[in-house]
Amino acid sequence: MDLYEYQGKELFKRFGIPVSEGRLATTPEEARAAAEEIGGQVVVKAQVLTGGRGKAGGVKLAEDAADAEQKAADILGLDIRGHVVKKIWIEQASGIAKEYYLSITFDRGEKKPLFMLTTEGGVEIEEVADKNPDAISRLHVDPLEGFQPWQARRLIYGAGIDDPGEQKQILSIIGRLYEAFVQCDAMLCEVNPLIVTPGGEVRALDSKFTVDDNALYRHEDIAAMRDLDAYPPEERVAREKGVTYVKLDGDVGILGNGAGLVMSTLDVIALAGGRAANFCDLGGGGGAEGVVDALEVIASDPQVKSILFNIFGGITRCDEVARGILTALDRMQIDRPIVVRLDGTNAEEGRRLLEESDAPIDVEPTMLDAAKRAVELAAAA
Amino acid sequence: MAIIVDSDTRLVVQGLTGREGRFHGLRNKAYGTNLVAGVTPGKGGQDVEGVPVFNTVLEAVEEAGANTSLVFVPGPYSADAIYEAVDSGIGTVIAIAEHVPAHEMLRVYNYIQGRGVTLIGPNCPGVLSPEKANVGIIPGEIFSEGKIGLVSRSGTLTYQIGHELTQLGLGNSTIVGIGGDPVVGSSFIDILQKFEDDPETERIVMVGEIGGDEEEKAARFIGAEMSTPVFAYIAGFTAPPGKTMGHAGAIISGSSGTAEAKKEALEAAGITVGTTPTEVAQLVAEAAGVTV
Repeated sequence: MDLYEYQGKELFKRFGIPVSEGRLATTPEEARAAAEEIGGQVVVKAQVLTGGRGKAGGVKLAEDAADAEQKAADILGLDIRGHVVKKIWIEQASGIAKEYYLSITFDRGEKKPLFMLTTEGGVEIEEVADKNPDAISRLHVDPLEGFQPWQARRLIYGAGIDDPGEQKQILSIIGRLYEAFVQCDAMLCEVNPLIVTPGGEVRALDSKFTVDDNALYRHEDIAAMRDLDAYPPEERVAREKGVTYVKLDGDVGILGNGAGLVMSTLDVIALAGGRAANFCDLGGGGGAEGVVDALEVIASDPQVKSILFNIFGGITRCDEVARGILTALDRMQIDRPIVVRLDGTNAEEGRRLLEESDAPIDVEPTMLDAAKRAVELAAAA
Repeated sequence: MAIIVDSDTRLVVQGLTGREGRFHGLRNKAYGTNLVAGVTPGKGGQDVEGVPVFNTVLEAVEEAGANTSLVFVPGPYSADAIYEAVDSGIGTVIAIAEHVPAHEMLRVYNYIQGRGVTLIGPNCPGVLSPEKANVGIIPGEIFSEGKIGLVSRSGTLTYQIGHELTQLGLGNSTIVGIGGDPVVGSSFIDILQKFEDDPETERIVMVGEIGGDEEEKAARFIGAEMSTPVFAYIAGFTAPPGKTMGHAGAIISGSSGTAEAKKEALEAAGITVGTTPTEVAQLVAEAAGVTV
């Protein structure tokens, strides 16, 4: 789960990583009140779960409270890479003498957490990695040994940070960031930029914080940070029903079991000349109720012109999926054609149920045949 | 021969008395796997259709001679169960559950290095050596015995490709689902090496998907170290840029993790990549001299 900047900073603060004072606002009036409380110059920052907000006009400096209200009105409602700005963070403006970059993330290859520190902050780290890879000081931490202070020293000297005041502060920040990373079950904690003020104070000016979904059960406070408004309406409904669903922009609705098979189905739809309207994974279970829920979500998308079920039974039993389809058709009016492909556990029984019913369903023998048929039907609609 | 599980496998199921553990454990037994024990703390002394249940894995090892464990406990408890299996002297551990916290797997992974343990999973369908042993949730009836090794990050996609191979009359030495989590016990390379060392495996199908750079690494390994021919399939060419691990994740590997990048890396290493599950099976069949 990705957190907003302000949520990540809240966690930073909890672990003793210095951040600037700020307030959350959802209206220009709230922004004005927040700026008044903070006093002086403030920065108005769009809170969106995507990058590139600066270039999109989502971050602005305001001279005073009245200006903050105006800037907030400009930013609220902006569309930044498909994300509409509904929340803004009003933060005390910082003087910036230097911009560094600090992160810790999973190195999947090494199977160890990896720290990266560079004095070339404030720009995209990919750019630094590309143009000047030696500028990035990198160090793996053994997760069994845990973080040791020498590692922070090596990172700091490796990055060429030689001011003793900065060294001392960053040493502490690195240790605290590791604590935050482990204790919050984070997949990524990124500070870009990590600034040095003209007075020599080091502070996290931004945050990218991603928490492992599989560990949210033991972090109720972080789980509660999830913002359902940030997802398209179909995805919100899907999440409530426990269906894995991602909206896409084509017109063939897809329902399958297992992420790999569903991705493969999207590819095969494209090869057949069509475009998928969504990614929808029934998961391992795929009982009749799950099928009904998923079908409801897919059918709620007005762009969908045909619906393809691609099921390979393992734990999932094809007869249950067939019953789910028939139950869903009993309960709701679906005026779009449905193509079904069933193989694996109890496939024959599932096919028989569908063929014997009078429901208008195309049962196709293979994945390729089913994909072609679904694309044809969408094109004909 | 086969890899990881075979007729010498003496299986203990951790969580045999649970609903899923019982269903799949007994299914594995019915397939012919030598299921010697179950473990559920507090239920020692009971049995599940004649299979003795112990309180600890150590008892299952000492009293029933278990050498392989199938971990069928829920994600939040899986890491503990894996440690218990490893510390009790089990050499092969196969963990099925999804939702195991990544930080826990990170520690488990580093802990088992150098201990001579093969860990498969978590969040995987398991390992099947047709006609010998089935450990996990792979539907055994789709596959037949043969000489194609199959290794995959996905569950149902593995079944799809296995099904396509079977339709063409091709059987498998072993099917290994390594799991799709960020940290799994065995990588493509670990399994490819085992297939390379297995005289019975004549060809290998590797099934990858978008994300990470395991396929790219496997491509370099195959190019440099392997003589057994490998065929590949990658899912996710049309998937939208998904929820990756942010910026830092991408630059570690130096790869974008896209299906296109993986395909290029594989082809650069001389590996044939099929565009659909059907096509990859056909390519293997042609190479094996089977008329399609």
